[in-house]
Amino acid sequence: MKDALPRWADVALLPAVCLVVALLAAGAVVALVGQNPWQVLAALVQGAFGSARGLSYTLYYTTSFIFTGLAVAVAFHGGLFNIGGEGQATLGGLGVALVALACAPVLPAWAMLPLMLLAGALFGMVWAAIPAYLQAYRGSHVVITTIMFNFLASTLVVYLLVKHLRPPGNMAIESLPFAPSAILPSAQAALARLGVEWPSSPLNTSFLLSLAACAAVYVFLWHTRAGYRLRAVGASPGAAAYAGIRPQGQVMLAMAISGALAGMVGMNEVAGVSGKLVLEFVSGAGFTGIAVALMGRNHPLGIVLSSLLFGALFQGGAEVAFDVPGFSRDMVVMLQGFVVLFSGAMTYVIAPPLAWVLRGAGLARTHHG
Amino acid sequence: MRGICKRFGAVAANADVNLAVRAGTVHGIVGENGAGKSTLMSVLYGFYPADSGTVAVFGTEAQIHNADDAIALGIGMVHQHFMLVDTLSALDNVMLGAEPHWLLHKAAAPVRAGLESLMQSTGLRVPLDALVADLAVGDRQRLEILKALYRGARILILDEPTAVLTPQETLQLFDVLRQLRAQGTTVILITHKLKEVMALCDQVTVMRGGRVVQEMPIAQASVEGLAQAMVGRKVQLGRAADASKAVPQSTAKALLQARALSIRDAMGVLRLQQVDVDLFPGEIVGVAGVAGNGQSELLDVLCGLRSPDSGSLALGAQQFAPPSWLDPRHARSLGLAHVPEDRHARALVMDFAAWESAVLGYEHTPQNSRGPWLRRQAAQAATAALMERFDVRPRNGRLNSSKFSGGNQQKLVLARELGQAPAVLLVGQPTRGVDIGAIEFIYAQLRALRDAGGAVLLVSSELDEILALSDRVLVMNQGRITGVLPIAECTEARLGLLMAGSAA
Repeated sequence: MKDALPRWADVALLPAVCLVVALLAAGAVVALVGQNPWQVLAALVQGAFGSARGLSYTLYYTTSFIFTGLAVAVAFHGGLFNIGGEGQATLGGLGVALVALACAPVLPAWAMLPLMLLAGALFGMVWAAIPAYLQAYRGSHVVITTIMFNFLASTLVVYLLVKHLRPPGNMAIESLPFAPSAILPSAQAALARLGVEWPSSPLNTSFLLSLAACAAVYVFLWHTRAGYRLRAVGASPGAAAYAGIRPQGQVMLAMAISGALAGMVGMNEVAGVSGKLVLEFVSGAGFTGIAVALMGRNHPLGIVLSSLLFGALFQGGAEVAFDVPGFSRDMVVMLQGFVVLFSGAMTYVIAPPLAWVLRGAGLARTHHG
Repeated sequence: MRGICKRFGAVAANADVNLAVRAGTVHGIVGENGAGKSTLMSVLYGFYPADSGTVAVFGTEAQIHNADDAIALGIGMVHQHFMLVDTLSALDNVMLGAEPHWLLHKAAAPVRAGLESLMQSTGLRVPLDALVADLAVGDRQRLEILKALYRGARILILDEPTAVLTPQETLQLFDVLRQLRAQGTTVILITHKLKEVMALCDQVTVMRGGRVVQEMPIAQASVEGLAQAMVGRKVQLGRAADASKAVPQSTAKALLQARALSIRDAMGVLRLQQVDVDLFPGEIVGVAGVAGNGQSELLDVLCGLRSPDSGSLALGAQQFAPPSWLDPRHARSLGLAHVPEDRHARALVMDFAAWESAVLGYEHTPQNSRGPWLRRQAAQAATAALMERFDVRPRNGRLNSSKFSGGNQQKLVLARELGQAPAVLLVGQPTRGVDIGAIEFIYAQLRALRDAGGAVLLVSSELDEILALSDRVLVMNQGRITGVLPIAECTEARLGLLMAGSAA
């Protein structure tokens, strides 16, 4: 009965229904604590999309989620569950920062920014390649090792910041600020060039980079031979072996690309927003990427949409916590939790009754046998 | 069972099926895959409810909602894939789920006593204290039957019971079933082997497309008549369909020559022992044997999926010996194609579109890729052409591989492998889960390759298939080749003895 839903329902309707159910459940909790769910929802949507500034914040969050969501999706197509997006993004930021600190004084922006991107991707890639190697050639489960590597990444960056990158005498645990040539243009600056007035926000040109990454991932997975082989290994290791595709190479490739994508978060957070290396700049985007990929069905287009949803929840949620008295930050986290629960984990619980309803309406038929 | 209807969406798996089984008889139900046999039995055994219709057991109407209801009514089922726990003893397996006491050591005694007396009266002998993992396949099947009988089954449903047995074991099973019938047990035998129906059953029901198309006492039935009723047209599967009289030229150079192949599994058990295989141009070599006697390992080694521990292989002009064995891609480039035994896990990627599965293993050929790019349009067009040539239905290359029926999946695999005009073709279980119409077609394709000067190695657990196709037969038992016979010297009895490991 797995195939009971027609494709359009599987791709579009099911996520929408899951979202609605999540909102209903969250609304019920909101009502239970004595708040008006409609007011909260209205404040959320208003906060996320109602102003240029709100929209900018939403898209800024979206950018990081797209990178980490793609990272999870590429690994997933290779049959791997990469929980290490958080650590790979951390290392990516480190790579971006090291190049920025080392080269920025001498190189102009047009050389600097691609170099930083490359370094971020490379650092993320290397950080993912170690668990990948252990999985491919030593059989250590990649879920376990990538989780471990999140902690290692975090402590490594703390160590480097405290011991080496922090300028002497500085109390804050952060690096020197980058030279202007090593900072990605903000949306405000970029749009000003086009003659559009836009408020100041963390949104920067790495948003365009994330969309380009989506297109690149799509082309790679479905239009190249390497992507075909990677998906073959993920979908059916037995068939891939029969076809003469070595699974070890594909594990390395999938994780390398995955790590590189996660590493690009550094471009958004470090090169785009803070302009220096700080602690905990990934702030959970690596883990949110798992939910994003799940909800986006591991398809680049779906990932853009679900990243937008999660971006809106983060930004709108912050606004709600600010605007609605008595609605705490924890309630916002609860709301996000419901969305993750229903659109991720509960999808397969909601699918059968939905299929039943569609069958009743004559919109779907069962395939069996 | 009267007026049973069961629909799965738009498909009527059972349409107004009436089945009356007289007590104390052996009743055969035959039909192709998807004819509705399994659905009907699932309704009877309580796996899913019928949309309409009634079931009466021993004259009283019954509501069967689950297997427990069925067992309580005295219906027992022996599945094609045994439902036994390998790590428990035979006795524990019978007791499982029906323990008469919550303390196991108190439960065991009455079960053992009951089983002893059952074994006495039926002649079904199984060592009760042996682990199921250590039991031979025939023993496991007897254990399954005992288990059903112990739980009070007076109606026994057997689903393809002989698929895993040697001809001799099959005869033993039939003796047991005849004895059970003599003691008043009713047996429902689901099978696609018509000869067995003729040998054992009292009454036979033929199903096609979810309906009963024929029901008759066995005295009025014939193998040809039943086959025709099953398919709805005349079919020809035996050697008579083989028009070619080509005699293989053993003077020619062998296309594939394997010497002294040996391989151990992870547990250190020898799976292949000193196996020699020669494939000459223009011949089909059958590998007969009960499943699990090294045939799968032989295929894996010859196609390059696994390297043997020792031995050598000559393929075309190339020589291979471990540790540098050939790999599947290299094998393909040398003109060796492979239709693997496990269609679902190996031959196709079930989640891929059919055209993507149709380039599997050949995704790097100039036809299918240029530089790093997959030539999607070209590959789709090539798949469409293959589907046309091999009559794969539906002709939709974008449909998921999993949406095709077993026969059409197999045709797609065959199309892919034969599409490259190989010199050597390895085929494992080419017609497992494939309907008769497709079987005819597949046989014709294998013969066509042979007649064009190719060599085919056919591994099959269906002796009829081996006999219908092969020019030469290798028989395997416990990883060894126990006999090599030209087809003219093959009889079922002789092959059966070799399959069981005795010298012919």
